[in-house]
Amino acid sequence: MSDMTPADPDGSAMPLLQALGLTKRYGAFVANDTIDLKIWPRQIHALLGENGAGKSTLVKTIYGLIQPSDGELRWQGERIVLSGPSQARGLGIGMVFQHFSLFDNLTVAENVALGLDGKESFKAMSARLAQVARDYGLPLDPKREVWQLSVGERQRIEIVRALMQNPKFLILDEPTAVLTPQEADQLFAVLERLKAEGRAILYISHKLEEVKRLCDTATILRGGKKIATCNPKLETAASLARMMVGAEVKEVKSAGARHVTVPRLVVNDLTLAPDEPHGVRLEHISFELKGGEILGIAGVAGNGQDELFAALSGERRLRDPGTVVIDGIGCGHLSITHRRKLGAAFVPEERLGHGTAPRMKLSENALLTGHAASDMVRHGFVNAPATLRTVDRATEAFDVRKAKRDPEAASLSGGNLQKFIVGREILRTPAVLVVNQPTWGVDAGAAAVIRQALLDLAEAGAAVLVTSQDLDELIEIADRIAVMFHGHLSASLPRAEASREKLGLLMGGSSLDQKEPAHAAGA
Amino acid sequence: MQLVLEKRAERSRTIALVSPLIAIGLTVVTMSILFVILGKNPLAALGAYFIAPLSDSYSLQEIAVKATPLVMIAIGLSLCYLANAWNIGAEGQFLIGAVAGSWIAVKTQGTGAGAWVLPAMLLAGAVAGALYALIPAICRVRFGASEILTSLMLVYVADLLLDYLVRGPWRDPAGFNFPTTAEFDPVATVPLLIEGGRLHLGSIIALAVVACAFVLLARTIKGFEIRVVGAAPRAARFGGFNADQLILLTFAISGALAGLAGIIEVAGPVGHLQPGISPGYGFTAIIVAFLGRLNPIGILIAGLFLALTFIGGEQAQITMKIPLDVTKVFQGILLFYVLACDSLILYRFKLIFASRQVHSGVG
Repeated sequence: MSDMTPADPDGSAMPLLQALGLTKRYGAFVANDTIDLKIWPRQIHALLGENGAGKSTLVKTIYGLIQPSDGELRWQGERIVLSGPSQARGLGIGMVFQHFSLFDNLTVAENVALGLDGKESFKAMSARLAQVARDYGLPLDPKREVWQLSVGERQRIEIVRALMQNPKFLILDEPTAVLTPQEADQLFAVLERLKAEGRAILYISHKLEEVKRLCDTATILRGGKKIATCNPKLETAASLARMMVGAEVKEVKSAGARHVTVPRLVVNDLTLAPDEPHGVRLEHISFELKGGEILGIAGVAGNGQDELFAALSGERRLRDPGTVVIDGIGCGHLSITHRRKLGAAFVPEERLGHGTAPRMKLSENALLTGHAASDMVRHGFVNAPATLRTVDRATEAFDVRKAKRDPEAASLSGGNLQKFIVGREILRTPAVLVVNQPTWGVDAGAAAVIRQALLDLAEAGAAVLVTSQDLDELIEIADRIAVMFHGHLSASLPRAEASREKLGLLMGGSSLDQKEPAHAAGA
Repeated sequence: MQLVLEKRAERSRTIALVSPLIAIGLTVVTMSILFVILGKNPLAALGAYFIAPLSDSYSLQEIAVKATPLVMIAIGLSLCYLANAWNIGAEGQFLIGAVAGSWIAVKTQGTGAGAWVLPAMLLAGAVAGALYALIPAICRVRFGASEILTSLMLVYVADLLLDYLVRGPWRDPAGFNFPTTAEFDPVATVPLLIEGGRLHLGSIIALAVVACAFVLLARTIKGFEIRVVGAAPRAARFGGFNADQLILLTFAISGALAGLAGIIEVAGPVGHLQPGISPGYGFTAIIVAFLGRLNPIGILIAGLFLALTFIGGEQAQITMKIPLDVTKVFQGILLFYVLACDSLILYRFKLIFASRQVHSGVG
C-alpha cells in the first residue's frame, strides 16, 4: 500500500497539524518509529492499529504528554515543542481519553471546571457548559454528581469539556468502546457536526466497520511504524485488518452444535447490596449454565458486571450457599480458593492489579491462582519448577510473546498478558470458567486466539460465562446472550434471535415486548 | 530548561541495589557539612564514626551485640511493611518483651530454679511482644483504626509500665534506690559466645531469624501471600488471600521478634531490667528495614551498618566531643535519603530543553 496524500478538502495547502519523522524510544524499544502524519481541517482521521502498535504513544506526543526522542511537530506549518498538555490545549488541541478522569463525588460542572485552565467565574462556566451541551445535542445536567451518571453520560462530560475550549483539533481514544450501539450512533452525529464546523478529528479505534463508516482518512500503525495512509471507505474490513495485523486474521471456528450436558453453574435469585459507595446493587439474578454452553452477558460497563463477577468468584461471599451452585455444590458462602478447588476458574476484566500482580513475575502470577488446586504448593512450600512449567505451557499453548522466560507481568503487552491469564486458567481444565471482558484492549490476533480457546473449552464440556461490552464478540461465540442493566439480568436470547438492535435496546434499559418466565420471576 | 521525573518503563534492578549506597553517600556528604558547621574536622569525625570501631575486637563484638536487636526487630518489621501493615511501635513491643521475660527472672530470683528459666523468659518475651503488637492490629482490622498511630502510642504505654515496675514492685531492695531490678541469676542470663567477651547467644538467634525469614519469603506460600498483599491488594484478594489475616499475622510475628529482642537484650548485655534499656532500637530498626530493602540479607547488612553508627557515635563523643544526638540526626538523614533514592527505582531524572517557547494562550 503506497502512501497517498488525500485531497485537501479545505483548499488550503497546509495541514493543521503535521508530524515529521516522529520517534519515541524507551531504551532499546522504539514505540514510534519515524512516523509522518498530516491532519487536515474538516476531516475525521482514523488511527488504526493493534494494541502496542504505538497509537497511544503517538497521540500522547501530539497532546504534549510525552516528549518525542526525535522528529518534530508542526502546527499550521510552524514548528512546535510541547512541554505539556496545557500548552497543547492552548494551541487548540483537545483530547478525550478512553479512561475518564472524573471525580465521582463532584458534580458535572465541578469536574469540568477542574479540567479547564479557567479564568471565568464558576457561574459563567456552568452556563457555557449547558450551552455547549445543548448546542451539540449532548444533554448534561451540570448539577448532577458524576457517580449517578451512566458511562455514556460520563463520556459526554469529557467531550463537552474538550469542546468548551473550542478546539481546532480533537483527539478521541476508542470512544465507542463503552457505548451501546444507539449511543455510538449519537456520538457519530456529533462528530459529523464537528467536522462540518471545520474542525479536525483524530479517531482512534480498532472497530473497522465504524472507521469505514465515519472516517475520511485512516493511518495504520504496526509495531511502532506507519504502514499506510488510505481512504478507509475504499478498503474492505479485511484489507484494513490485514494492514493492522500484518497477516490474515484467523477466523474463529465454532464447531457448530456442541454437546450440552448438565447444569454446571447455577445462580439462584442473587440479590446483593454493593460494598462500595457508588457500586451497583444486584437484583434477583438467576440463570443456569450447562456444560458445553457459552452464555454471554452484554451490557454497558458499570451496570453490575463487576459486582456479579465478585459474587460468582467468591471475592465477595454470600450468606446463602444455594445462591451460587458449581457442579451441584452450593458454594455461595465459600471463598474463591474453595470455588477453584471445585473446578471453577475466573478471569477478571482488569489485567494489571486484579488478574495479576503487575510487578511480580509470571511464575508468581501463575501461583496466584494456581496455589488453590495444583502441585504448585507442597507442605506450605512453593514448588518453583511447577510454577515455571505453567508459564511455559501457557506460553506454548497461547503463543505468549515475551522478552524472557519469566518476566514481570507489567512488561507484557495487553494482548500477551491476557493470553497468559486466560491460558493460566484454561490449562487447569476448569469445569466452569467465568470471564469478564476477555478481549478488552487486546489486538485482533490475540483476541481470535482467546475466543477460540473459549469455544474449545466449551466443546470440551465446560460451562463458560462471558461478560463483554463487545456485542460482536458475544454474537460470535455465545450460544445465548443476556443483558445486564442497573443490576438486573434480562432473560437470555438464543444467538439466532439476539440482533444488535434488540441487545442495544436492552442495554439502554428498555424491555423487549415478549416477557419470558425467568424475567417475570426475577421482577 | 526543565528537570522532570520521568517514569521508567521497567523497574531498574541496578538502581534497586545501588540506591542504598547512594543514600549512604549523600548522608556522608550531608554529615560532613554538619561537622564543618559544628567546627569539627569532617574527615576526623567520619573516621571516628566509621573507621575507628572496625579496628579492635571489642568494638567489633559490640557492633554485633548492637546489631542483634536491630536485625531481629527489622526482620519482623519488614514482613509487616511488605504486607502494607505499618507497625511503628516495635520499640514498645521490645520493652513489653523485656518486661514479660524479666517477670520470670524476678520471680525465680534466688530460688535455685533450673535451666528452664532462660527458655521460659525468651518464650514469655516473644509471646508478650506478639500480644502487644496484636492490639493495634486488631484495632485496625476490626475498627479501621490507623495502626500507625495506635502502635506508636503504645510505645509510651510500654515505656511508662517498665518505668513503674522498676521504680515500684520490682526494684532491687539492695540497689541504693536506683530504678532497677537486681542482677539476674546466671540461669536467667543469655550465655556468652566468647569467654570474657561481649558476643552472646542472641546473635546466633538473630542469624537464625534472618535465615528463617529468607526461606519464608522466597520459598513458602505464606511469604508469597505477604508479598502479594502488599504489592497488589486486589490481585491478592483475587488469589484468595485474606489481607486482614495477614495484618494480624505479620504484626504478631514482628511483635514476637521485637519482644524476643527485648528480653535477649535485658537477659544478655544489660543483665537486669532498668529504664533506658533501648537507645531507640525499635525506631532505628525501621531505618534498618528500609535500608535493607525489606530483604532479610539486606537487613542483616543494614543492621550491622547502623550498629556501627551507634558505636561510632560513642567513639566520636569520647574522642571529638561530638554530641551523641548527632547519631540520631545521622540516622534520620539516612532514612530520608533512603526513601528519596527509592523513587529513582521507578523514575529517572530528565532534563528537557525547550528549543522554542510557544505562546500558550487559552483558546
